[in-house]
Amino acid sequence: MAERSFKKEVEHLRKGDGDVFTGEGILAITKALLENGVGYVGGYQGAPISHLMDVLADAQDLLGELGVRFEANASEAAAAAMLAASVHYPIRGAVTFKGPVGVNVASDALANLSSSGVTGGALVIVGEDYGEGSSIMQERSHGFAMKSQFWMLDPRPNLPSITKAVKDGFELSEASNTPVMLMVRIRSCHVTGSFETRDNVPPLLSVRDALSNPRSDFARVVLPPMSYLHEQDKIRNRWPAAEKYIIDNKLNEVFGPQKAPLGIVVQGGMYNGVIRALQRLGLADIYGNSEVPLYVLNVTYPLVRDEFDAFCKGKDHVLVVEEGQPDFIEQQLGSFLYKSRSSVNLHGKDMLPMAGEYTGQVMLDGITAFLKTAAPDILPGKVRAPNAEVPQIPDLSKTVPIRPPGFCTGCPERPIFAAMKLTEQELGKHQISGDIGCHLFAALPPFEIGGSTMGYGLGPASNAAFDGGGERRAISILGDGGFWHNGLSSSIGNMVFNKSDTVAVIVDNYYSAATGGQDVLSSRAKNDTKSTNNPISAALRGVGVEWIRQIDRTYDVGKVREVLREALTTDYAGPKVIVASSECMLNKQRREKPLRNQAIKEGRRVDIPRFGVDPDVCTGDHACIRLSGCPSLSLKKLDDPLRDDPVAHIDQTCVGCGNCGEVADTAILCPSFYQADVVHNPTGFEAWRAKQRGKVIGWLQSRRAAKRLAL
Amino acid sequence: MNALLPGQRQDARMAQITKLAVMAVGGQGGGVLTNWIETLARAQSYDVQATSVAGVAQRTGATIYYIEMTPKTAQQPIFALAPSAGDVDILIAAEMMEVGRAVLRGFVTPDRTTLIGSTHRALAVSEKTVPGDGIANADEVRAAAEIAAQRLILADMEALAVAQGSVISATLFGALAASQTLPFPRDAFENAIRSSGKGVKASLRAFAAGFDAATHGEAMLEAPQKSTPHITGPKDKLAEWQNLTGRIERLPKPVQAMALAGLRKVVDFQDGPYGAAYLDRLDAINASDSDAFDWHLSIEAAKYIANAMAYDDIIRVADIKTRGPRFDRIRGEMGAASGQVMQLTEYFHPRAEEIAGLIPASLGKRFEANPKVMARLDRWFGKGRRLRTDSLPAFVLLHVLGGLKSYRLKTHRHAVEMTHLDTWLDRALAPLNDDYTLSVELIKCRRLIKGYSDTHARGLTKFDTVMNAADLLKGRDDAAQWIARLREAALQDPEGKALSGALETVRSFA
Repeated sequence: MAERSFKKEVEHLRKGDGDVFTGEGILAITKALLENGVGYVGGYQGAPISHLMDVLADAQDLLGELGVRFEANASEAAAAAMLAASVHYPIRGAVTFKGPVGVNVASDALANLSSSGVTGGALVIVGEDYGEGSSIMQERSHGFAMKSQFWMLDPRPNLPSITKAVKDGFELSEASNTPVMLMVRIRSCHVTGSFETRDNVPPLLSVRDALSNPRSDFARVVLPPMSYLHEQDKIRNRWPAAEKYIIDNKLNEVFGPQKAPLGIVVQGGMYNGVIRALQRLGLADIYGNSEVPLYVLNVTYPLVRDEFDAFCKGKDHVLVVEEGQPDFIEQQLGSFLYKSRSSVNLHGKDMLPMAGEYTGQVMLDGITAFLKTAAPDILPGKVRAPNAEVPQIPDLSKTVPIRPPGFCTGCPERPIFAAMKLTEQELGKHQISGDIGCHLFAALPPFEIGGSTMGYGLGPASNAAFDGGGERRAISILGDGGFWHNGLSSSIGNMVFNKSDTVAVIVDNYYSAATGGQDVLSSRAKNDTKSTNNPISAALRGVGVEWIRQIDRTYDVGKVREVLREALTTDYAGPKVIVASSECMLNKQRREKPLRNQAIKEGRRVDIPRFGVDPDVCTGDHACIRLSGCPSLSLKKLDDPLRDDPVAHIDQTCVGCGNCGEVADTAILCPSFYQADVVHNPTGFEAWRAKQRGKVIGWLQSRRAAKRLAL
Repeated sequence: MNALLPGQRQDARMAQITKLAVMAVGGQGGGVLTNWIETLARAQSYDVQATSVAGVAQRTGATIYYIEMTPKTAQQPIFALAPSAGDVDILIAAEMMEVGRAVLRGFVTPDRTTLIGSTHRALAVSEKTVPGDGIANADEVRAAAEIAAQRLILADMEALAVAQGSVISATLFGALAASQTLPFPRDAFENAIRSSGKGVKASLRAFAAGFDAATHGEAMLEAPQKSTPHITGPKDKLAEWQNLTGRIERLPKPVQAMALAGLRKVVDFQDGPYGAAYLDRLDAINASDSDAFDWHLSIEAAKYIANAMAYDDIIRVADIKTRGPRFDRIRGEMGAASGQVMQLTEYFHPRAEEIAGLIPASLGKRFEANPKVMARLDRWFGKGRRLRTDSLPAFVLLHVLGGLKSYRLKTHRHAVEMTHLDTWLDRALAPLNDDYTLSVELIKCRRLIKGYSDTHARGLTKFDTVMNAADLLKGRDDAAQWIARLREAALQDPEGKALSGALETVRSFA
């Protein structure tokens, strides 16, 4: 079960003609897919499109009713490969993953798919993880469209435009026999709004029906000489067909006055930002009626030269608003202008930054700079000659600490890295490579473990060069998500085949946790539609790993350290793999809390543990925190003039995972930690025994208290 | 050129878009608050748009939610997807450093922004890992917020929420209602909570608490003044105590408060005569002090001698762990009713050093000099022990250990601590006649000794390093400043990197 349930929202997907849907962008896309007769859907989770996968998983009943096949693909490559169903069959298919990293993984399949061409509409919905809130390297998916010749939609970020893009995408794909990528940015995925719905439409040809009439055509297979023909077909037929469709159906939009000496070309996704800047400059009203002409590229690839030329006609200055680098669009438009010997001054990355997110301020500054050059008269006076006194606000950049994401309270990965830090204190620093997943937070303080991440499932693979022996063995981290995504073959298989003498630690938290708690093959949950409970250790044995250690409770820091030490020092020369398993606490709490409350209500015995620190015993050196970083383990300033430094303190958000006590014990820190288990509905004997004990203890305590001062 | 007339004014209707940002720490319920605001505005016939960033960035990190709204018309307004510096009407920050981050990012401006913030702290990892005090300065944030915000509403929204058994999103929503920055009645806010259908009662209570705090300001929330605790005990002990406090009254006025705190600590640690020994030491130092320096030396000596005399041995820990008030305190913290069954597990990991410290001085010294014996002690005792102090065997064991006070002064540990104390005081007071402030700074170096086992050993090394630096600095006018600088450096990181760096500079003087 995923972190967030969409069971309630899924009901909105049943809305029909004339109804209004109100909600998040991601749900709107799902609804649009159903309205456009999609035949199969799939994908791989990852921000910002994780919720799209979660919605689809929660909507399986509805999908079933419509005859739509849903697959939770093993990876982005698997998802893109699934679109092969649209090569020969007139079935509309859609897959989703994050970009550009997911697109990287999928690129092999996408390139083959693009070469073969499609019969049914094939839509790749990419959540572009760029700018604030992104968790990956800052790149663009745009380049993939250019190299493989598939088309790229970047609709204006509102629900009517995004849902229209789904329809346009399918139709454009079919009109040009080319897959289409629909790009949505982080904030568009989560933007809320409304759009008018239509009835859901079952696919014209379902995948079931297709199986009854299988088709094949070797002309579609990527093999010479057909592959040469595919390339020619792309250029001679598919591209012109796409351009024609884009023009005929006005997929790109032009706003503002017909005639003006200047204009702005903008990616659809950047439209709201441009309008806001114009609003702030007094050049657009709140409904977006702009006094500067705008050419909105809802299709960012291919660029349609005729449309662009028409837009530029009569203009002296044109600004391209294109987020990210390199400036693919600006280069292409510049080339158009150059080739037609145009006198239009093209601006873009000279006014706006080449790299980085186009935030409100960046956009305002860039467009102001453009207008100052292109038409200074239209700017309001205060922009042309600002003279207002700006009050000095004290600089807080040295005061406010950074707050990067980290392990949640009670996270089962924390004790693994605490043990690893202790191991390094004992045996020295090691070469450690990380992977993609929550465990990558170990690279940050307080652990600072791992110095690289090369891609999902590639942790052990990225240590391959360090296999030649040396004083200390290299260690790599791999999550359960990464293991099943790609790690089993690319990392573990690689270790076995090359007789690797390194150590891999597989962090198994029962879910693809970082992406929102989706199930994977080794999840322990019972899942009605998916096969779970396939142990990682069994897969390891299957590919030939002989040295495997399974840890079933990662909170046992001493045990984890012992196993690590063994792996690092054993005589065994082959690959050594440690599987450290404990359930993601975020998901565990979500699952168990209601059950626990129910049990308490029903009178069943429930034991709720929580940790605490004795402030008088804690000396305030914070060694425990340097082995934890848990949000619930914090500091408290005591009201005691004798104390200089704040002492450790555990707040009420503690979930009693045990890491504090285990670390204090294993690292021999101090005796300030205690665990208090409050027992609800104790057994009769337990209650009686506790009462008797309490009497004796109370007597001993008051006897001693009577003999001394209560200070 | 028909549309591009010079001298445009900003569209007056722009002012009709209300821009609201929520800055929170992942897990604080910023999403819930955003949903309520959205529901509220829709119910009041507004066009609303909310955006957020979900995903891994939310795991305990700083997050931001953004809402724009305007009264509904036939046309669809164009909203921005993220806040812009200088263009936010209402900024809600769910933690004090997030208040600071909002100001830092320019989202709070004097011409328009109402800033609603919670004063409580959720410490960032970088603040917590420092061996000394790395907590960021909230007063600086408050001062900046007062300048930056057009209107500032600050209160401990977290404490208010927890007191109502709810979460901070509800108190902040209450404060938003009270701020009257949105033109909606209180009912409408409460209806938004009701329509969410989850934890409604607690949320409404917390909503009201937040509403009141924002309306009446923080004054009403301030804790009542702490009264001086009444000291009770057996008559003879009380008389002894009166005697000791009488001695404190004879000390200079500025020293008295610290001396009383110190006395309380050492008497609690041991007994009345031990307290007298503490005051003897203090008197000796005070005799060579004068009001020319505001009795600085005596005040610091009162503080650090008490800390040195009340060292952390097994007896002290066992005593603290078995006291009655502690059990009551823990019950309170854990929310266990007085009759409710509560198990209590203590995490102990004694080492050979602690055991050797507990035996008589001469024997303990011999043991510690013999690695074989120490190894044997470690084998016998040195392992993690979880003691269930709610059960009799463990409680009685600790109770007995905690009662060994009469024997304590004979232990090896006591001898070691006293030798260390004397050496430290001698070295610290040596330069007193030539450089008063240097003596004060050297007294303060005692702060470096804390923690147990490895941490304690590292602290001792740092302490020695800084004390030794005094020899390098002898005769310099700025010797005291350098000792202070070295001490602060020693508290910055556990490995002593900053200290080594600072020490290099000191060595370069020679």
